[in-house]
Parts: sequence; structure tokens; C-alpha cells
Amino acid sequence: MTPAATEETSGAAGAPEAPLVLGIETSCDETGVGIVRGTELLANAVSSSMEEHVRFGGVIPEIAARAHLEAFLPTLRRALTAAGVELDDVDAVAVTAGPGLAGALMVGVSAAKGLALAAEKPLYGVNHLVAHVGVGLLVGQDSADGAGGDEAAAALPPRTGALLVSGGHTEILRVGSLTDDVELLGATIDDAAGEAYDKVARLLGLGYPGGPAIDRAAADGDPAAFRFPRALTMPKFVGTAEEPGKHRHDWSFSGLKTAVARAVEQFEAAGREVPTADIAASFQEAVVDVLTAKAVRAATEHELTTLLLGGGVAANRRLRELLAQRCAAAGLELRIPPVSLCTDNGAMVAALGAQLVAAGVAPSALDIGADSSQAVERISV
Amino acid sequence: MLLAIDSSAGASAAVTDGETVLAHRRTDATTTHAEVLAPAVREVLIEAGIRGAELDGVVVGVGPGPFTGLRVGLVLAHSLAEAWDLPLHGIGSLESLARRAARHGLTGEFLVTADARRREVHWARCRAAAGAAELLDGPHVGPAPDPAARGLGDLPAVGRGVSLYPEDLAPAPGLPEDAARWTADAAELGQLAAAGAVLRDPLPLYLRESDAVAPTARKAVS
Repeated sequence: MTPAATEETSGAAGAPEAPLVLGIETSCDETGVGIVRGTELLANAVSSSMEEHVRFGGVIPEIAARAHLEAFLPTLRRALTAAGVELDDVDAVAVTAGPGLAGALMVGVSAAKGLALAAEKPLYGVNHLVAHVGVGLLVGQDSADGAGGDEAAAALPPRTGALLVSGGHTEILRVGSLTDDVELLGATIDDAAGEAYDKVARLLGLGYPGGPAIDRAAADGDPAAFRFPRALTMPKFVGTAEEPGKHRHDWSFSGLKTAVARAVEQFEAAGREVPTADIAASFQEAVVDVLTAKAVRAATEHELTTLLLGGGVAANRRLRELLAQRCAAAGLELRIPPVSLCTDNGAMVAALGAQLVAAGVAPSALDIGADSSQAVERISV
Repeated sequence: MLLAIDSSAGASAAVTDGETVLAHRRTDATTTHAEVLAPAVREVLIEAGIRGAELDGVVVGVGPGPFTGLRVGLVLAHSLAEAWDLPLHGIGSLESLARRAARHGLTGEFLVTADARRREVHWARCRAAAGAAELLDGPHVGPAPDPAARGLGDLPAVGRGVSLYPEDLAPAPGLPEDAARWTADAAELGQLAAAGAVLRDPLPLYLRESDAVAPTARKAVS
């Protein structure tokens, strides 16, 4: 090939259009191995250590890392069997390099290196957050959720945003391209929204994980019974569209958690029964109100037309309801992948890996490490 | 021919053929396992001139050692053996030190030690004769005086624990000065496996439970 011809073709010259990619995810408490062919989902095997964290009321990093090591090979075998492929067949191995829990990430990164090295495949260390957006492309999605499949496409719509909400993350992203243009528009400055759910569930005695527990308790409560704070919504933080304040698109949930604790303690001090359902409903309303209001504002001010919801809290009934309502009012198309693809999984890592392979992005070196605070702009390492 | 990996203290990888070490990489750094171990494996294979699938097996040190590094080596070994479809064997990392001491002429009973952090050591009681050593008791984890408390205080010791806790652990006589700083090495694990050492499941020897404590009463905020 002449140099001129090289310039005319994209970086993807010679790259398979629909690469077969195996993806590994171990950034928190889910050991995930997924396999995709381009945008077609072939397998999504997940082993969770959630049960081991219940008595602690939250994920214990060291327990999660122990579980990843034990679960890795069985999960890998399940994924390969489900997809009906051999390791030798894959075009690349992708793995979450960060962000996440350092000790947990290292298990996946080391496992991925072993597979890539042994099977002589390129290795892609990818960004967990961008991978959450990558699932929006997948077809043949798990039908267990009764959703998905029809929304899949070869590429994301050009002006896509992503709202990621989980126990470890609360972020809004602008995604121009999954492979080379991702921008962080806003994020929590302290606790993740899912973490606030876990902590409030614990102080209400509702158990772990907090999301479903609070959602259940809230069903019988009055969301207007308590007016809990919507943090970072005062003019000095928000500013205007022209002159945005420092935290216009950011969230904060630690004060909300404290406000709930104070309310509970006031009832206890007075010897009165704690109105659990009303508190749960009011807390949930405060979280979901500020989450959706800020996400929709960030999206509209950046002229986005599609908003994708990801992360474990995407399963929350009230979040889906209010977000759908506010997206519709703002003329934003809302996409919510099936829950099994919203929570952490290997298929999303494989999906992003496939995009990187197809775009001709250079693979990662074998000496990459885990980056627990990997910035969203760093799509692959 | 075996590929051996150890990540119980530093990180090391070796290709061995019986007693012969064909290729070897090692670092004493304790915080770079995730980065250096896989490239080291690639390098020793190239240097030994063998393809992974042509090996007879993979041997991995199961510790005891700091958890994160230990897991990095173990899961790497799991992946490699799975992809190459090779048998995978675990071997106690402290046995590397026992072999080294015996090879340097130590005889009789002695202790092998490693840094367990938190002012504790990993240790085991061994016996050496005619250049070979056997494990009699352990491995255990405990404060450095732990062996003395068990009536083993007079036994000579080798390994990192000796340099960290010289007041509690006595250096074995007749060994090189650096025996007080010895840490496990993959090459010796490969040699031990070839010589019929006791093999273990390729699972980590943590010896300690996770530190996590379940929350009890919550703290008041007001």
C-alpha cells in the first residue's frame, strides 16, 4: 500500500468490521465475561458477590477481589459455552482498566493479560464508564428483561448523552464518538447516588442493596412528606447557561444522607415511630428529582438529542418514570438498555472493545496497570 | 518443561526444565505485579524458545503473601493454563526459601519467614537434609515472636522476617548474609514441582480473614 493510499483509508484499514471480542469486567462486585461480534451480543455471563456484602451494608473491596479470583474461570467458561466460540476464535480481549476498586480491577486486568498473551490476541484496557455507554449498541440483548433488541444500531446517534447512576458512579457524559470523543459534563462531588441509597436503607433498617429496598418501602409513602435538600441547586453553584456556576451539572448526596439521618433521629429522640415509608419516598424523590433535572438540563444545554441511562440504579422505578417524563418534555429521546446490561457486565466491555478494534485503535501494551480513577476522556489505555 | 510464577512478595516468572532454569525474570518491587508479571511471562517464553501450549504445565506460588499481589499472579496463572489447556499446580511460596536454605547446606530444623506486614510474619517450620527440605508445620501467620511462643525460639530462621525482626528471629548460621532478606522465587517453585514437591490447589493461602467488620449501631449525626 502506498503512503497516499494509507492516508485515504481510515485507521481501521484491515480491522474486521464486526470483530469477535471477549470483554472482562471486575471493577466492583460483579465478575463479568461477555462476548460480542461487532454489535451482536453472544454471551453475557455475570457472577456477583453481592450476597457476601449484605451483612456489611455495602461492597467490601477485599471481599469483592477474593470473589473475582474464584469466579473468573467459571464465568469465562460459561461465556464461551453460551457464545459457542473458542478463545482462539476471538479477535481481541478487552478488560475494564478503570475506574473502579483497585484491587478488584487488578484481578480482571491480570486475567485478561493471561488470555491475550496465551491466545496471542490484542489486549484492550478500556474505560468502565464509556463501556456503560457502549451497551447501547448491542443487538440480540438478553430477553429476560423483556426489552432491548429493537433499539440497537450500528452507531450511537450523533448527539448522545449518557447518565450513569450506580453505587460507585453518578455522571453525565457527552458522547460524540465511543472511540475518540467522550466528555464529562457533570458528576457527583461526593457520594454516588446508589451509595446514598445504600446508606439511607441501612439507617432505615431496610437492608442491602438499598435501591430496591427503598423503592419498595417508598411505594407506600408520601414523597412530599419531607422536603429533603436538593444539593448544588442554589444560583451560586448553578449560574446561568451563559455563565455556568462551578457545579452547574454536578450533584452531591452526602448532605441528603445526613438530612435523612437527622429526621430519623428526631423521631427516635421523641420516642415516636419512624415513618419509614414517608422518609424512603421523600428521600427517593429528592435523589431522583435532582438527578433528572440536572441531567436533562446538561443534555439540552449541550444540544444533545438522545440520553442513554446506565448503571445499577437504572433499574429504579421512580428514576425511570421521572426521567422519561422530563426527557419527553425536553424533546430528548431516552434509551434504557435491559437491566442486565445496565448493571456491571462483561458484554459492555466487549462492545466497547469491538468499537475500538473496528476503528483501528491501537491495542494496549502488556504492561498496563489498573487505573482506579481513570478519567472518562481516557477511553482506552 | 514448566512455566512458574510467584507473586507472594516480589514478582517472578521462570521457565524450568527439571533442575535447569531456562529463563528467569524477577523484581523485588511489591507494588508492580499487575504491570510486570505478564510481560515477564512473555519474555521468559521467548528466551526459553518455547510456545506456551508446548509446556508440560504451569506452577504458581499460592502464598502466603499480601493479597492483591498474590491474586494478580494466581489469576494470571489460571488464565494462561486455561488458554493453553495445561495442568495448573499450586505450591507453597515459602517452600522456595526452604529449598534455597537446604541448597546452601543448612541441615536440621529451621524456620522460613516472609513479611506479612502489620508487624507480623508468615512462617513455617522445615527440616533440611542432603540439600533438600521438607515442610513440617505451617505456614502460619502471626507476630514475629509467635514461633518462640510455640517453643520454636531456638530454631534458626531465613527469609525477610529475620531482617525485619532480628530481636525475635535468629539468622541461620553458615548462609549468605542476604538470607535474612530472601523472598520466594518462581524458578525454585518450578524446580520443586519437577522434583515431586507436594502440590496444592492453585488457590490463595490468605491465612487471614478479610478485615471488614459488619456495622453495628450507627453513629448519631445530630
